Parts: sequence; structure tokens; C-alpha cells
Amino acid sequence: MPVPRVADTFKGAVSRVTIGATAEEGGTRTTTVTVGGASNVVYGGEPGKLGEKPVIAIDVPDSAPQDWSDALAAQYKDVFDDPAAWAKKAVDEYGADLICLKFDGIHPDKGDLGADHAVKVTKDVLAAVGVPLILWGSGNDAKDNQVMPKVSEAAKGENCLIGTVTEDNYKSLTAIALADSHKIITEAPLDINIGKQVNILVSDMGYPLENIVTFQSTGALGYGIEYTYSIQERQRLATLGGDKMMAMPSVVDVGSEAWRAKEAKSDAPEWGPAEARGPMWEAATAIVLLQSGTDIIRLRHPKAVATVKNFIKEMW
Amino acid sequence: MALTGLQIFKMLPKSNCKKCGKPTCLAFAMALAQKKANLDECPTVSDEARTALAEASSPPIRMVKFGTGDSQVQIGQETVMFRHDEKFYNPTVIAVNVSDSLTGDALKSRLEQINELQFERVGTHIQVNAVAVVNDSGSADSFAACVEAVSQGSSLAMILLSESADALSAATAKVAGVTPLIGYATADSAEAVAKVAKENKCPVIAAGADLETLADLTEKIKAAGVEDIVMAIQKTALKDQLHTLSEARALALKKTFRPLGYPTISLAVQGSPDEQAAEAISLLCKYSSVVVIETAEKYAVLPILTAIMNIYTDPQKPVQVEAKIYPIGEPGDDAPVLLTTNFSLTYYTVESDVEASRVPSYIMVVDTEGTSVLTAYSGDKLNEKVVGEALKKHNVADLVKHKKLVIPGYVAVMSGKVEEETGWEVIVGPRESSMLPKFLQEAV
Repeated sequence: MPVPRVADTFKGAVSRVTIGATAEEGGTRTTTVTVGGASNVVYGGEPGKLGEKPVIAIDVPDSAPQDWSDALAAQYKDVFDDPAAWAKKAVDEYGADLICLKFDGIHPDKGDLGADHAVKVTKDVLAAVGVPLILWGSGNDAKDNQVMPKVSEAAKGENCLIGTVTEDNYKSLTAIALADSHKIITEAPLDINIGKQVNILVSDMGYPLENIVTFQSTGALGYGIEYTYSIQERQRLATLGGDKMMAMPSVVDVGSEAWRAKEAKSDAPEWGPAEARGPMWEAATAIVLLQSGTDIIRLRHPKAVATVKNFIKEMW
Repeated sequence: MALTGLQIFKMLPKSNCKKCGKPTCLAFAMALAQKKANLDECPTVSDEARTALAEASSPPIRMVKFGTGDSQVQIGQETVMFRHDEKFYNPTVIAVNVSDSLTGDALKSRLEQINELQFERVGTHIQVNAVAVVNDSGSADSFAACVEAVSQGSSLAMILLSESADALSAATAKVAGVTPLIGYATADSAEAVAKVAKENKCPVIAAGADLETLADLTEKIKAAGVEDIVMAIQKTALKDQLHTLSEARALALKKTFRPLGYPTISLAVQGSPDEQAAEAISLLCKYSSVVVIETAEKYAVLPILTAIMNIYTDPQKPVQVEAKIYPIGEPGDDAPVLLTTNFSLTYYTVESDVEASRVPSYIMVVDTEGTSVLTAYSGDKLNEKVVGEALKKHNVADLVKHKKLVIPGYVAVMSGKVEEETGWEVIVGPRESSMLPKFLQEAV
């Protein structure tokens, strides 16, 4: 029986963003990463409409993390105090497409380390690996404004993805990202209107829309993931409808959120063995979010990385 | 697709007899279109019109039930592509497979494993809802024997899967009383399998490699007198499976293409438990009404069931936690008492940060109808009276020997009124939950 066609005609598509610069492009990266490009809803239309393959960024803390659960920390115990070795391990052994250098250690309550430290770690990690870098601040506005511009400068020419900028704190980082030609992450607290607003604010400063990656905040599986899921779906639909202020690829922070969940970290044998449960919860969180349309996934546990990579390989 | 008032009007008697209570047939048609009237109110409508209207008003994706009693499950009758457009109604059913090559103790222990796939999380019971018996043996007798044994060893709803109509016939007869979902009806076996389904009054799975084949099949099965159909899209690659599921859903909802207006069933039985969980999650998010898995590992099944729980929540209604006192760690009578609201996201965030502080504490959750702290305060759902009543209701004064209550920094403004109303000393906590570990370790 002939079946009618569902021919959706969409005006817009997710913009393509390339991260990293090789020697020819003025950087020192050996690979670059391009994300975005989807021109339909997830699994809508032909498989080609899915756009570029989503990529995995493995978290590398700028200093030994204080609050990682044992099952997770054990995977990195030989590199716990050494971000450069950590990054190398994440790329060589676990297959990271990018490194997300997370500057928790500069937060006033988590070490209060200074700009010298942050700059040194950035340079060390750039020297240790050839993949592109995400440079992600601490979330403390005052400290990030003080330190992240120096981090940006230290990575000038490398075409990093730097963030995050928020509705209340975007000026200094946007200006420096513009000056140093980095891509930028705009962050919103699970609120699609604020998500759009911060994109507008950043673009009003002359920052190109096609260099933005959005971060809508991430809820873990079981802990609010449905909010992230629906915002991501709405973002994609707005994009397809032609809204240029929403047509960016997105990043999700799965690693830190998933490992906060009881199901991932607590000693609860009735839920299965802890060493399998944590990475499964992390992978499952990532898989759910992939169904809603996302482009860069921050992960931590190598087993979760393997599961998600395998899924992406099947789908793209 | 719903009919317009004018389309309905054309099928009415046009006698303006007023027996329905409306002044004209046109007015009645308009009321019908808005679902404010029922066709039964018209005493003179023709049978043809009745059939046509019933057809037009039936849901674009049929609801199908299988299993009996407490184990009955219902699937289908979805109305939207995206949960934020309305909501997803009938949660995906997870089935674990059982091979009919298992007998005796091996079968018994497999069933025990499956029966244990039940979890309590955040106050809700979630579980695997079905067992899928697979005719691996190729023998009708073994299949029938295994199906019978499964029905005795598990109370879950049953799915019977075989390529052979004879095997399905033998097995279904054994368990017709519990209304199993049976399949597969393929292009070759459709008549024979539909006959088994009709005789035993159970729903049937139509299986085809593409939507054209499936549309033919469902029509054929319907013509044979079976309307409760579930579709299996038989694609080898997960990618093709997911794209075809999306297309089928879109055709049913956007084109009201009835031959594909049925719920769906998919398999995620290959690979490691982690890989199966990943496949099952993608299938349940993107439109599979039943997903059959092979793994019975709790660590892999729990996230699958949790994903269903999350995706099928009503997006219009904020998810709430129970308003009560939650002990974190093992708090003693000197433990701090922290106030927050019953919006689940708010509570989970606070809970997780209190846990991270490693300071044993009590969290007192008040009912703010699922709103966050600031929203609740602005809407007067969080005020001194609400706090006072909660302190009394939960006998907090008996739990701790102090009378100090930590309130969220965002509602510092209500400190005075709370102290006045309750007689408790108010300590203003941080604005952001993420600052709680530092706050608890230092201040309390």
C-alpha cells in the first residue's frame, strides 16, 4: 500500500561550529572538531538530516577534585594531580574527541587558585594533547572574570570553546573571546527565554552568532532530565523554524550531574553492583539527551564514554 | 484528524428537530466538533453517519491492552510528537525475553530474575511489566510448554513471539485467559495468526520490514476481524529502526494515516547490558510502545525504567516530592533543620548538596504545589503560616533539641515573620544551594 509522505519543510538548520585550529590555521591542534548542522528533528526525515556526529569531551579538572566518588576517581588515580597527564590519558586511552578543562580549582570555595595556576594548566594541557579544548570556568562570576581572560589569552590562536557566559555576566568573557578568536558557550538555567536572551546580549556585543554553543543546564537522569530534554527539543524546533538566535549547537554536562545521582554513587546493592551502576547512569543520561538533540557531551567515566561512542557510531 | 463542524453537519439529518436540545442541526454539529455534545443525543442520525463519525473521532493511534487484572498494560493512543506539546500518555512497556529452549531450573531462575526487576525510587514503584517468550526452539510443543510454565512462574503480562502460526496457536491456547500479545503476523502468516488472535481474543503483532508492507498487513489483519494490532518494524540497523518509528508516528498523527495508527514494539536484545540499555532508551524516547530487552541486570534496567518515568511525566505539572521531613545521613538531636519547597528539582538539588556537605541534617519540605522557592514566595505559597504548620505537623520540636531553622537565602525577607509566628530562631542560609556544603560545615 502506498504510504503518504510527511514532508516537513524547514527554513532553518543548526549552525556548524568548528573547534580547534591546526598549524595551518594558526594553532597547534592535530585535529579539529565540527558540530551542528542538523536540519530536521532527531530521526525526522532522512538520516542525513541528523547533521554532524555528536562528540565527546572528557572532563579534566584543573586540580585534584575533592568530591568525586571512589568508583569514578579510581579511573584516574594515577593522574589525579596532573591535568596534562589526565588529558593525555583521556585522549589516548579513552578516546576523547575534545578535552573539557574545568577550572573548579579557581573557585573561592574550592581552592581559590589564581590566574598563574590556570594559565599554566592550560598551557600544559595544550602541550600534552592534540585535540581541541573546552575551557570552562568555575561558575563564580568575580573569579571567572579575573582568571578566564588570562586563560583565553594563553590559548590564543587555538580556537577553543570557552565559557560560560550568563545573562548577568557576559561582557568580559565575550570581549576576550572575540579578541582571542575563541568560540563561546552561553549558559541559561533551564529557561529557554533566558537562553535566547543571553545569545542576543552576546551578539549585541558584535560576537558572531555562528560561533556560539548553547548550554541550557543539564539535569541528570531521574533528577530533572526531562526539563533539559524538552528545552533541547524546543530549541531544535525554534532553529528549524528559522530563529537565528536559537540555531546553535548545544553542549550538555553529563559527567558532573550524573555522578551526583544516588543511583550512580551510593552503595545500594539492590540496584546492582556499584562499579557498573555509575558508568551506566552516566551513559544513560547522555543517551536520553542525545534523543532530544545535542552536540557536545561532557563525560567522565571511560565505560560511559565507550557506551555513548558506540551508540553514536550506530546512529551516524 | 478531527472533523470540522461543517463536515459533521453534512452527515446529520438536517431536520432541525431540536430533540438534541440545540436549535439547529448546524449548532449541534458545531457542539460536536468542540466535543461539547455527544452524537447519542441525536435520535435520528443514520447508522452510516454514526460509523463515519465514530471513525473520524477515534484516536489517531489506537490504544491496545494486553495482560489481565493488575498485570494489564495499555499502550498507544499517543497524540503528540513532542512531550512539551501536551504529554506522552501511555508509558513504554519494558519486556524481558525468555527463550523457550529454557526448561526446569534454568527457566525458573530466569523468571525469578525477571520478577525481581522492581524498584522504589523517589517514592514511586517502577518495574518491568512483561515477559516475552521467544520460540527459539522451533518446536510448537516446546513453545507451548514454556509459555504455560512462564504463565505459572510470573504474573507479568505476556508476549509470545514466534515465526510459526502453528506454534502461536498451540501456545496461545494455553494462556488465552491472560490475554497475551502474540506475533509475528507477517505477509505470509497474517491470515493464520489473525485467526489465532481472533479465536483467543488477544492483540496481534504485525511485522514488516517497511511501512508499506506494514500498512498492507494491518489492513489485512483488520479485515480478518482483529483490531488490536501492534506494529514491529523489522530493520536490522538501529538507525533505520528509529527513523522509521518516527515516520510511522508522524504519519499517524499528522496525516491521520490509519493503517499505521497503532502502537509499536521493538527489540533491544543484542550486545552488552549497557548497549541494550542505550538502545532501549533511544527506542522508548522515540516512539516505541514496547521494548523487549534480553538483559535482566538491575544496573541496566533501572536507568531504562527511570528514563520512562522522566519522559512520560506531564510537562504541565511540576513534579513534586512528598512534603515531609527528610533525614539526610543519620541526624541527631543537634542536627540542623533546613527548609525548602516540594518542587522536585529544588528538593533534589538541596538534598544532593546537603549530602555533599557530609553534615547529617533534616530537610523540611513544605507543600508549595511544586513551585520553587522564589515562585512559591511570590505566590504566597511559602509564608510564615505554611512554615509554622509544617513544623507542628512533623513534630520537628521533638526531633531536635534546638529551635533553629535554616531558610533559603532568597527568602531572607520572611525571617522576622517566621520567628514571630513559630517562635523558632531563623538562620538565613545561602541563596544558591551549591553553597550549602560550605555553609553547613562552617555555620551550623
